[in-house]
Amino acid sequence: MEKYETHVHDVIVIGAGGAGLRAAIEASAQGASVGLVCKSLLGKAHTVMAEGGIAAALANVDVKDNWQVHFRDTMKGGKMLNNWRMAQIHAQEAPDRVKELEMWGALFDRTNDGRIMQRAFGGHSWKRLCHVGDRTGLEMIRTLQEKGIHSGMDVYMECTITHLLKDGERIAGAFGYWRESGRFVVFKSKSVVLATGGIGKAYKITSNSWEYTGDGHALAYEAGAELIDMEFVQFHPTGMVWPPSVKGILVTEAVRGEGGILTNSKGERFMERYDPQKMELSTRDVVARSIYTEVKEGRGSPHGGAFLDISHKGPEYIKRKLPSMYHQFMEFADIDITKGPMEVGPTTHYMMGGVRVQAENGASTVPGLFAAGEVAGGMHGANRLGGNSLSDLLVFGRRAGLGAAQYANEINGDSLKINEDELEQAAREMLRPFENAHGENPYTVHSTLQDVMQNYFGVFRIDEGLKHGINELEKLKERASHLKIEGTRLYNPGWHLCRDLKSMLIISEAIAKSALQRQESRGAHSRVDYPNTDDYKWGKVNSVITKDGESMRIGVSPLPEMPEELKRIIAEDK
Amino acid sequence: MADVILRVFRGDAQGGEEKDYKVPVDEGMVVLDALHYIQANYDGDLAVRWNCKAAKCGSCSAEVNGKPRLTCKTRIDSLPQGEPITVYPMKAFPVVKDLVTDVKWNYQTHKKIPPFTPPKDTDWRMYQEDIDRIQEFRKCIECFLCQNVCHILRNHHKNDAFFGPRFMIKIAELEMHPLDTLDRSAMLRKEAGVGYCNITKCCTEVCPEHIHITDNAIIPLKERVADKYFDPINWLLRKLRSNGNL
Repeated sequence: MEKYETHVHDVIVIGAGGAGLRAAIEASAQGASVGLVCKSLLGKAHTVMAEGGIAAALANVDVKDNWQVHFRDTMKGGKMLNNWRMAQIHAQEAPDRVKELEMWGALFDRTNDGRIMQRAFGGHSWKRLCHVGDRTGLEMIRTLQEKGIHSGMDVYMECTITHLLKDGERIAGAFGYWRESGRFVVFKSKSVVLATGGIGKAYKITSNSWEYTGDGHALAYEAGAELIDMEFVQFHPTGMVWPPSVKGILVTEAVRGEGGILTNSKGERFMERYDPQKMELSTRDVVARSIYTEVKEGRGSPHGGAFLDISHKGPEYIKRKLPSMYHQFMEFADIDITKGPMEVGPTTHYMMGGVRVQAENGASTVPGLFAAGEVAGGMHGANRLGGNSLSDLLVFGRRAGLGAAQYANEINGDSLKINEDELEQAAREMLRPFENAHGENPYTVHSTLQDVMQNYFGVFRIDEGLKHGINELEKLKERASHLKIEGTRLYNPGWHLCRDLKSMLIISEAIAKSALQRQESRGAHSRVDYPNTDDYKWGKVNSVITKDGESMRIGVSPLPEMPEELKRIIAEDK
Repeated sequence: MADVILRVFRGDAQGGEEKDYKVPVDEGMVVLDALHYIQANYDGDLAVRWNCKAAKCGSCSAEVNGKPRLTCKTRIDSLPQGEPITVYPMKAFPVVKDLVTDVKWNYQTHKKIPPFTPPKDTDWRMYQEDIDRIQEFRKCIECFLCQNVCHILRNHHKNDAFFGPRFMIKIAELEMHPLDTLDRSAMLRKEAGVGYCNITKCCTEVCPEHIHITDNAIIPLKERVADKYFDPINWLLRKLRSNGNL
């Protein structure tokens, strides 16, 4: 008998947001036995919070739209650092993935002639975002959830994976614990798909839920995979800034997509100075920097943000197109957005960087390990366009599920061995915080980490700050090596945080080192000391993070060369 | 800064007791903020289920001052001042620990409902006016507060006979989808037990998404079942059909 509860599958998918569910559905459709493991209850993943829409060149509203324009917008938005092949596949396949969602029961808002409605968004040349009011993510996750539970997969809810298991170079499974009981559990599998989302909880001001602790990034790193572009953290320009309790909560870009106007304390429409052509519909990196600059230079709103006003659209329109925003401000901030402006400011939103994967199948550099969605890098380059995340989840979730199932089908899983010592080591590491007689409170360490990341690795970065921040991270690593918690293993959030901190510290260091290395400003990475974009030196390389013994190695690797026909698409005007 | 006392249930399936915590109040603070303060400053192992803290995921359901609510949406300044705020786990589900309950039953119930089944030959044209009413049901964030407050489940524990309001709107959404081809009225009548609901509207009152569960979903479903099974003409037609005469 095995010492730990053990489940055997062909494919284990870690994470049940849009990418994880889509991967699990695809792997199941290929005939693989699939286990879907998620940290929370099913249907609660961060995808549920996506608001504005899903980008796909359906051309239902603007007939001139097509995949080529979507591809070009995505590459330009990403400041040409994107993996061109991913951006191409994404633009080509997004329409099919959206239609498929409709066939599985999703109900998008409609055009007058009964097709899927599309709205404008920052950086998109045409009206491209398929949406359901401002709750598109909920629609998507509920649709995938329902498709998933009828696809034959096993769902392991409230189960956290702490280690990936390997047999030699290959993935052999995963080790984790049930949140409810604290008991350990082993998953034996031929392949693993990481779909764990982002890293926002390493920052103080974030739109992300507690789960966003960079688990997949850290698991992949520990297993020997490469992480790329980790300096590119997206700060969404519009988060709530008041009251303190809701600081950081997302205000959807759809407010601007539907005609919202940004002004400063002097009543100036300041985007005229930063991007006179696109104005409020400039890309997120530009708008975030603009608001930040206005506040820094003393033209901010009373609570340190900018004013965003949609009230000119009238109450009926606002309540129909932006119902969640209406309620969010009414209930949390006592503000009626149909009558006056909201106050908004930048909030940590999305990680462009992640596990280096192959565009076709989501395979990482570790055999048997796949990644999709926010945890994967490359698709969005230096800055993600709004709406490209939901489509990314579907397009590459499907491809990773397919890739993982095919890989599992090709290898002889019976020969994979789980190393007992590795399991014991994983278990011992998890139990240490119960044994430390004296130690640090994980909540205190987490709070300090969030301050460090917010202060030194935020919207604007500078050499001295980055170096100081890196020193602070070293101190935090030391503090986090002797955490102490009370209570039992039964549903113990303090204990869970100890493990989450390990992931957050790894990704924080990766962000820090990558940000220090890239001596230029590009997309979401803005260096005060290197304000220009340096295409000659930095426009041709990705930052690469790898594990080297006990230390983290930072380097660069050349961008893949784009074929001529795609270069021509980039060069064309719309 | 003023303080507030939170009186929180601490315990597990074996039982437990209330524990008082003093928490400083910040402007706009919600009950979930106060619970996080307790975790960070007093009891790190206080079990609370939550995700988004923005009223979008429906994870943090509990009973605040005896009322089922999302703790992330319940502002401290909306509660009576100068009195302790009691926070208990949802009553209709078994306690795991502290404020966390075992809601597995909901997921098992969901799985019993046959999914959306479109016709093979459709051009997928649907009009806004035809989907408005089901879009309302799809706003559901699965906080299960409606299940928690439904007396069929909460007081009479008829979980084996009634799917509860959450899954009534789920079935309504499928049944009213312009392109769905299945008929779930037999299931509604028997397994899902729509007849158990006696329209007290408790579920509608607690819904944080303001879905008109009773009026827009349950009552029309009851009418469907009544039309099909209790309308004399339909009854006769069914009889004739089953006898092979038609």
